[in-house]
Amino acid sequence: MLRIKGLTKRYRTGDLALKGIDIDVPDGQVMALIGPSGAGKSTVIRCINRLVEPTSGSITLNDTDIVKLGSADLRRMRRRMGMIFQEYALVERLSVMENVLTGRLGYVGFWQSWLRRFPQSDIDEAFRLLERVGLDHMADKRADELSGGQRQRVGICRALIQNPELLLVDEPTASLDPKTSRQIMRLIRELCSERHLSAIINIHDVMLAQMFAERIVGLRLGEIVYDGPPDKLTPAVLTSIYGEEDWSATIRKVDEEAPDEEADNVVPFEVPRPDRDRLAGLT
Amino acid sequence: MSLVVTAPRRWKKPPLIKSAWLRWILTIGAVVYLTLVFQTTPVNWTRVWEGLPRGAAFVSAFFPPDFVSRWDEIAEGIAESLWMTVVSTVVGIALSIPVGIGAAKNIAPAPVYYFCRAVLAVSRSFQEIILAIFFVKLFGFGPFAGFVTLSFATIGFYGKLLAEDIEDMDAGQAEAVRASGASWLQWINYGVQPQVMPRMIGLGLYRFDINFRESAVIGIVGGGGIGATLNTAFDRYEFDSAAAIIIVIIAIVMLCEYGSGYLRRWVQ
Amino acid sequence: MTTIPARGRTWRRRDRRTELLVWAAWLFAVALFVGCFQLISDKTIWAFVWDAPTQAGDLAVRMVPPDWLYIRTLGRPIWDTINIATIGTLIAILLAIPVAYCAARNTTPSVSIVRPIALFIIVSSRSINALIWALMLVTIIGPGVFSGIIAIALRSIGFCAKLLYEAIEEIDEGQVEAVRATGASGAQVTGYGIVPQVLPAFAGISVFRWDINIRESTVLGLVGAGGIGLELNAAITQLYWTQVSLILLVIIGTVIVSEWVSAKIRHAII
Repeated sequence: MLRIKGLTKRYRTGDLALKGIDIDVPDGQVMALIGPSGAGKSTVIRCINRLVEPTSGSITLNDTDIVKLGSADLRRMRRRMGMIFQEYALVERLSVMENVLTGRLGYVGFWQSWLRRFPQSDIDEAFRLLERVGLDHMADKRADELSGGQRQRVGICRALIQNPELLLVDEPTASLDPKTSRQIMRLIRELCSERHLSAIINIHDVMLAQMFAERIVGLRLGEIVYDGPPDKLTPAVLTSIYGEEDWSATIRKVDEEAPDEEADNVVPFEVPRPDRDRLAGLT
Repeated sequence: MSLVVTAPRRWKKPPLIKSAWLRWILTIGAVVYLTLVFQTTPVNWTRVWEGLPRGAAFVSAFFPPDFVSRWDEIAEGIAESLWMTVVSTVVGIALSIPVGIGAAKNIAPAPVYYFCRAVLAVSRSFQEIILAIFFVKLFGFGPFAGFVTLSFATIGFYGKLLAEDIEDMDAGQAEAVRASGASWLQWINYGVQPQVMPRMIGLGLYRFDINFRESAVIGIVGGGGIGATLNTAFDRYEFDSAAAIIIVIIAIVMLCEYGSGYLRRWVQ
Repeated sequence: MTTIPARGRTWRRRDRRTELLVWAAWLFAVALFVGCFQLISDKTIWAFVWDAPTQAGDLAVRMVPPDWLYIRTLGRPIWDTINIATIGTLIAILLAIPVAYCAARNTTPSVSIVRPIALFIIVSSRSINALIWALMLVTIIGPGVFSGIIAIALRSIGFCAKLLYEAIEEIDEGQVEAVRATGASGAQVTGYGIVPQVLPAFAGISVFRWDINIRESTVLGLVGAGGIGLELNAAITQLYWTQVSLILLVIIGTVIVSEWVSAKIRHAII
C-alpha cells in the first residue's frame, strides 16, 4: 500500500538526513518508527506528505508516486493522509469544531471554508468523531482552553475527518504525561483497527512502541537498523539503534494496564499579552 | 433513555460578540456612522482631478530630485534639526526621570503622583505642533522654541513609559535593597534603576528617532529646523527641492533607526 | 609579578580599559550636547527667552476664562477631526494588510523583489510626518478634510504594516504546517493557519493607531487639511485667546476619551 524506496533527503545545510530508506507498509498495519533524536524519523514522515521535499527516491501510495505530483494533485493526495503532530499543532485561536473541520479543507472551496459553511455531512462526521473521543460537549471551546490530552484528541479528529487511508503520527505523546500518553496511543490504535487504517508512528518511547505497534522500524543516522516485530527488540538491537546503555529496564513484557479514569492534566489558560514595546512600534 | 433524537446537529461558528443586541447595535452604529461621514465630508472631485497632474509632477520631481539649487538652506535646516534633536532628547529625558518616578504609583506619594500624572497627560495630549505654536509665541522664532517643544513632548512620552515600567517592576528585588538599610536615593539606584535601565536606554534611542522626525515639521510653525525650508519649497511649488528634502529626511531617519538598533544591541 | 597584595583586593565595576572607554563616551556625549546647545543658543534672541515667563503669565491671563459659548461652533470641526482619524485609520489598515503580507518573510511571494518594495513603502510612509503628507496633499488635491484623511492614511500604512508583518513573522509555523498537511489550498492555509494567529495583533494595532491618529489629526488643519486645527489656527492668528483655551480643553477631552476607548477595546480583544 505505502511503499518507500531509496528515500534520501539532504537539507540545504548539507546534512544528509536520510540515506536511502526502504519501507513497505501493508494495509492496516500500525508501524512504529523509533530512534534517537536526529535519526530522521520526523523527516521520513514529512517526506511522505511532502511537507519536506525529498531529495531522491520514490514514495508510492496505492501506485501513485507522491514525489512526482504537481501542487494540485499533491493537495488531493494530502487529503488521503491524516497527520497528527507532536505539539498538537491545533490552530490555538480557533474553536475545537473549527479545528476538526480544518481536516475537510481539502474537500471544500475557499469561500465555503472562509464563511465556515461546511456541508452538513462534514458537521455530522465531526460531531461523531468528537463524540468518539469524548469531546463533543467542547465543540465551541477555543483550542487553547483544552488540556494537552484533549488537544491531542482534537488533533486526532482533525486527521480522521479527512477520511484518510494512512495516518502519519509524529511524536504524539512527546508533550503528554505518561498516563495520557498511553490513553492517546490506545485511542490511535483502536481507531486504526476500527477503520482499517495503516499508520506510521514516530515515537521515542520504546515501551509505548512495543505496547501499541505491530511492527517496529529502528532508525539511526538516516538508516534503517531494525525492522521487525516488537518482541524481537533485544538489548543488542536497542544498542544498535540508540548506542550502549543498560536496556534491561526498558524491555519488559508490559501487560495492558488497568483502565484508568479520566484525569487529564489541565493546562492553565494563559492569556497571551502582546508586547508593549511591539505595540508602541518600538522594535 | 427511551428515545434517541437523531436529527442532524447543526453547527455555526459562534459569533465573536456573544450578546445579539450588542452585535446589532455595533453593526447599525457602524453603518450609520459611515453614511454620516460620507454625507458630511465634502470631496471636491473636480479639484482632486485637477490636482492629479500636479501630483504626477510631484512624483516625477523625485527623478531626479534637486539637491543643488537650495542646498545651503537644506544643509542648514537639517543641521538645525539635528542639534535640536540631540539637545532636546538629552534635556527631555533628564527631566522626565523625576517626573516618571513621581508618576509611578508604587513609589510616589499621592499628591506627587497626581501632579506628575497631570504633567504627563498635558504633554501627551497635545501634538508637538500645538506645543510648538505656543513656545514660538513665548520664545520667538527659531530653534530654541523647537528645543523646548521637543523636550516637553519627550517628557510625556518617556515619563509615562518609565512610570509604567517602574510600576511593573519586581517588588521583591526592590524590597531586598530597602531591607539592607539603603537610603531613598540608594534604593532608587540599586533597587529600581537596574530593573528598568535596559529598556529605558532602548526607548531613549527610539525617542531620538521620533524627535528627529518631529523636528522636521515644527519648522512649519516657526520652530526652527528643516520644516521651514520644506514649507517654503511647497509654497513655491518647488517640488524637486521638496523631493530632495524628503529624501534627506528619509535617509536620516533610516540611519537613525539602524544606528539605534545597533546601539541598543551593543548596550544590552 | 613582583608584589602580590596579601589582602585588600580592590573591586572595580569594570576593568581599566572599559572604564576609560566609558569615560571617553561620556566626554564625547557631553561635548556633543554642549556644542549643539551652543549652536542653538547662537540663533536665539535671549532677551525673548528671559521675557518668556512674563509673556506666559500674560497669555495665561488672557486665556482665562475660556469662551464657553464658542463650543457651539466647534461641533463640526471636532466631528471632522474624529472622521479624519477614523476613516484615515480604516483606509490605512486595509492597505497595510497586503503590504504586510508582502513584507513578512514567511508569506511574501518573492524575497528578492516584492519584499524590498514592501519594506521601502513601509519606511517612507513611516519617515514622513502626517503634517508633511498633509502639506503635500493640500497643494496637490486642495485643502479640506479629504486631504487630511489621505494624509493620515498614508502616514499610518507604514506603522500598521510594520507591526503587522512582525506579527506575521512571529506566528507558530507548526499550526500552519498542520493546516497545509490536510491538503488545504494556499488561500485556505492563510485563512485557517495565519489569519487566526495574527487577528488579535491586527485589532490591537488598528485601535492603537487610531488613538495616535486622533492626536495627529488635531493639527492637520494648520496646513489647511481640515479638522479642529483650522479653528485653532484662526483663533491664534486673530488673537482670540479665550477661544484658543477652549479649543485646547476640547482637544484634551477628545484625546483622553479616545485613549480610554482604545484601552477598553484593546482590553476586550486581548
